Amino acid sequence: MSGDLVVSVAFYLVAAITIISAIGVVAIGKIVHSAIFLFLTFAGVAATYVLLSAEFVAAVQVLIYAGAVIILILFAIWMTQGSMSPEGSPPNRQFLLALSLGAGLFVVLGWIILSTAWPISGGAVAQNTTQVVGKQMLTTYVLPFEIAAVLLTAAMIGAILIARED
Amino acid sequence: MVGLQHFLILGAILFCIGLFGALGKRNAVAVLISTELMFNAVNITLVAFARYAAPEQLAGQIFAVFAITVAAGAAALGLAIVLAVYRSRKTVSLEDIDLLKW
Repeated sequence: MSGDLVVSVAFYLVAAITIISAIGVVAIGKIVHSAIFLFLTFAGVAATYVLLSAEFVAAVQVLIYAGAVIILILFAIWMTQGSMSPEGSPPNRQFLLALSLGAGLFVVLGWIILSTAWPISGGAVAQNTTQVVGKQMLTTYVLPFEIAAVLLTAAMIGAILIARED
Repeated sequence: MVGLQHFLILGAILFCIGLFGALGKRNAVAVLISTELMFNAVNITLVAFARYAAPEQLAGQIFAVFAITVAAGAAALGLAIVLAVYRSRKTVSLEDIDLLKW
């Protein structure tokens, strides 16, 4: 079916962009370039959420990650400049160990993923996932919702106190 | 035909790339950037399970929204700590911040 083909092509395109950007984040020695590639990775992940029929999560991803967290990271890079070489993001002494750990973990995870019989239900996804998520957020999951609000307030106060000039 | 395993493999690849960055970088901000990459990989896995294993309740998507919230708060606090360390030690290189290393 041409619908399946379109979804497949879209998935492989989005996955390629996301993975190449992620490799750019960790492989490039200049920290500002890492941040730009991180922005591209966040956009790729938002596109993945849209492919998974999670439009609300994609919007939240763009707003919070690609909007706020990237700005936060760029400010932190700017305010901590001058301590390292102008590039700023070299690999450290154990990067070969880190590379082998990452590769080993990927082999283990890949083997687990491909050899498990996942309980895939053939149910259809609702057309209005945002509405379903919104209703459940305020009925079934209202306690985590309120606790998340308290957590964000505490994080905000803590960050202001820690980063304040004395 | 794209299935659950494709998205799980994508999540695993991103997680392992982020793990390499978190363990193998010298700049503290680069380590936090790689940690954000790992958070995103886990969220992809959550939403993929919500889509393929339990598409009626969508609990995975709600979990992913809360995970994004908590991760953003953690990133803000982590960067505030890096800023405070930079102010007192004038460096963010993890080779030089070694008071707790043996």
